[in-house]
Amino acid sequence: MNTVRNFLLRLVFIVLLLGLWEAAVRLLEIPAFLLPTPSAVGMALYRGTVTGLYQEHIGVTLMETAFGFIFGSLGGLLLGTCVALSRRFDYFIYPIVVMFQAMPKVALAPLIIVWFGLGMTSKVVNSALVCFFPLMINTIVGLRSADEDRISLMRSLAATPIQIFTMLRVPNALPYIFAGLEIAMIFALIGAIVGEFVGAQAGLGMLIQSMNFTMDVAGQFSILLILSVVGLVLNMSVTLVRKRLLFWDPASRQAGIRPDKN
Amino acid sequence: MIAVRHLSKRFGTEAAPVLALSEIDFTVDEGELVVVVGPSGCGKSTLLRILAGLLPQSTGQAFLHGTKITGPRRDIGVVFQSPVLFPWRSVLNNALLPVDVQRLGRDTMRAKAMNLLKLVGLEGFEHRFPWELSGGMQQRVALVRGLIHDPALLLMDEPFGALDAMTRESMNQELQRIWMERKKTVLFITHSIGEAVYLADRVLVMTPRPGRIADVLKIDLPRPRGLDVMNTPEFGAYVKRIRTGLNASGGIE
Repeated sequence: MNTVRNFLLRLVFIVLLLGLWEAAVRLLEIPAFLLPTPSAVGMALYRGTVTGLYQEHIGVTLMETAFGFIFGSLGGLLLGTCVALSRRFDYFIYPIVVMFQAMPKVALAPLIIVWFGLGMTSKVVNSALVCFFPLMINTIVGLRSADEDRISLMRSLAATPIQIFTMLRVPNALPYIFAGLEIAMIFALIGAIVGEFVGAQAGLGMLIQSMNFTMDVAGQFSILLILSVVGLVLNMSVTLVRKRLLFWDPASRQAGIRPDKN
Repeated sequence: MIAVRHLSKRFGTEAAPVLALSEIDFTVDEGELVVVVGPSGCGKSTLLRILAGLLPQSTGQAFLHGTKITGPRRDIGVVFQSPVLFPWRSVLNNALLPVDVQRLGRDTMRAKAMNLLKLVGLEGFEHRFPWELSGGMQQRVALVRGLIHDPALLLMDEPFGALDAMTRESMNQELQRIWMERKKTVLFITHSIGEAVYLADRVLVMTPRPGRIADVLKIDLPRPRGLDVMNTPEFGAYVKRIRTGLNASGGIE
């Protein structure tokens, strides 16, 4: 019961806040191109949705984000595994990768548009590049963090290096990999949006850009609202998979609170 | 059964070597429970790691069933000080880890694992996960895992050292019961003199710097030994002799 009451209280608080915002804009006569009223944002959201305009662009952005996430994560996973396993890879490739990581990837977006065009490909590439790193780093750390005692145990059973990898290192790395995936999911969305800012024919980022030119601030607010919901849903879906798969991980088990020892 | 001959282990650099084990010589007979007792830093864990094939010796040899121990082998089971369970595996699957690693066939070994879990009093916990178990229960799972592949030799490295005193005593009783039932050859390492005398057929007393065997003691106490055996004068005499041996060689400071 308590949770229902809390939920209602939160709802009342949000409604109150929106009412305050609406009243302030109207009373202080703030121009619509600076700060729209919540009702105007709602109207923009409604208009964009009934015409099907928003759905179309959400679809494009989601598609770019999904492909960027998949390619970027797979790449990060693969390269991370290589670096964690091979000393040679670590020695030669890792410094280059770290150097590349120090550079803000979004700064590459204009170049990528030139190389891959205004279509979806360039956004997918941009998105993949941005979400590649958190996954690679977490994969490396995860694969290398296997407990010494557990490795001793596996070795004492005459396990092969491949068995130590598949039966110990990989499951041990999963909590790290999933933490990376949660970050990568949001990064993928950021990468897609930034790509759309720089040059695109469709997508929510492009829509924000074009609304900015026409001073449609209420419209931009409505898209920001959509983006935060999209980001939330994407993040929650990864979290959901993590909690199901990593039920044994203290971080997943105890609702985000990591105990001192497992 | 096990024969250790002139075994030495040096750590450190060529220029400044540290002698961890010096000329260790002993044998363990088939079905015997031998306990190595010594203070921390006397090299007893190093000895165990060499016998488990996890660490190479510097000189000398160790034999199991007449073959030299040159690396990890399938006929040795190890129980470490911490249970070292995999949190993503259930109790049963943790017990079956050696079966998976050595591809012994889950179907046939499953029943055996269930039997062993029953033997250590974990019936009904097969599908629980390690983090749902107490420390003592976790160490029982580790014991089952050490026994599941029917190793010729079970090495135990202070397996109950991390448990509270009362749990430890009951685990010692339990180990004695299981050992009497299974007649495994066990080499058990501890720094507790009482634990050594209570469990052992024979006690090897180790002293540090360099680690060497200072005394070998046959424990002639009837089995099964109850916990009250610790209050008998015979038990006290054994404890006293070991303690004197350790003190004389500066083992305990």
